[in-house]
Amino acid sequence: MSDASVNSQADFKEASFGDYFALLKPRVMSLVVFTALVGLLAAPNSVHPFVAFASILFIAVGGGASGALNMWWDADIDAVMKRTQSRPIPAGKVTRDEAFAVGITLSAFACIMLALASNLFAGALLAFTIFFYVVIYTMWLKRWTPQNIVIGGAAGAFPPMIGWAVATGGVSIESVLMFTLTFMWTPPHFWALCLFMKSDYKDAGVPMLHVTHGRRATRKHILVYTILLAIVAIGMAFTGVGGPIYLTTALILNGLFLAGAVSIWRRDEATAEADSYKREKSFFGLSLLYLFLHFGAILAEATLAPYGLGGW
Amino acid sequence: MSFRDDHELHKRRLGRNVGLALVLAGFIAIVFGLTVVKVTRGDYEPENAKVAN
Repeated sequence: MSDASVNSQADFKEASFGDYFALLKPRVMSLVVFTALVGLLAAPNSVHPFVAFASILFIAVGGGASGALNMWWDADIDAVMKRTQSRPIPAGKVTRDEAFAVGITLSAFACIMLALASNLFAGALLAFTIFFYVVIYTMWLKRWTPQNIVIGGAAGAFPPMIGWAVATGGVSIESVLMFTLTFMWTPPHFWALCLFMKSDYKDAGVPMLHVTHGRRATRKHILVYTILLAIVAIGMAFTGVGGPIYLTTALILNGLFLAGAVSIWRRDEATAEADSYKREKSFFGLSLLYLFLHFGAILAEATLAPYGLGGW
Repeated sequence: MSFRDDHELHKRRLGRNVGLALVLAGFIAIVFGLTVVKVTRGDYEPENAKVAN
């Protein structure tokens, strides 16, 4: 290759390895890894450590692949929203076709490898999760209804069920409850983000609740979903995955989360604007800690159970 | 005699190739590890295979 061709190609923002990795949404992947790991370790059956490691890795790859397919489909929206403008496709580093190729290849790879490493049911559940996130949420719900993240939130709630399925080969009430916890947590988490992201979703034409029904209705919805979430989260303490550690964690966190939701509900836009959405931002930050600590408590119960310290 | 520094584009391509090589090496290690675990655990013994099916 001549120097001239190198220089002309350098004008294009050719992707680095990190740009392809960024297609997999590493931050979302970390949540997938953690919740899937908790689901796997909380299950009553033991799994060989290497099989567990490989299974979690394939679940992470599957989750990342669905992120790449989401970026492929939503490239037009990502280019408009400030929060997503630096993603590899709108930044001009990776083409849409490349993102599709990466996403579809890794999806098939992850599902087949998970089925081979653990069991067919876990592989099939991962395939369904990818289908749900890409087709049901990204292609269908996201641009159609303000309930997009309520129903679409199911996609992010499946990983602990997949982790549980790796160990048990099936579904049980405990794994469904772990699913429900993440499912109920997603709406207040995202709506709090929407409140302080201002016009991003409106500019992109995404019918989020605050765009279609206004901010007052969004504040009310955050409170209602937080109450429902608290019932599920505290109720889980009395099931097979709960125990005193989980109950204490759930009582404290749900108390704080409810107080935050009430505070958001009572505020009007003028007050929120005046302090740059301080309460909404702190509620969003707390929501991240909320999910991490709930699953951390489930993990603590499972880890301490063999020593007679976890569970009831 | 002096050597010119690599163009930034070449460095990026090298990084991509090294990254891909590491991913492939990791994949081989995982498949090998899984095979060792499953064979030593007896997953493919005829009686276990029948149960699995």
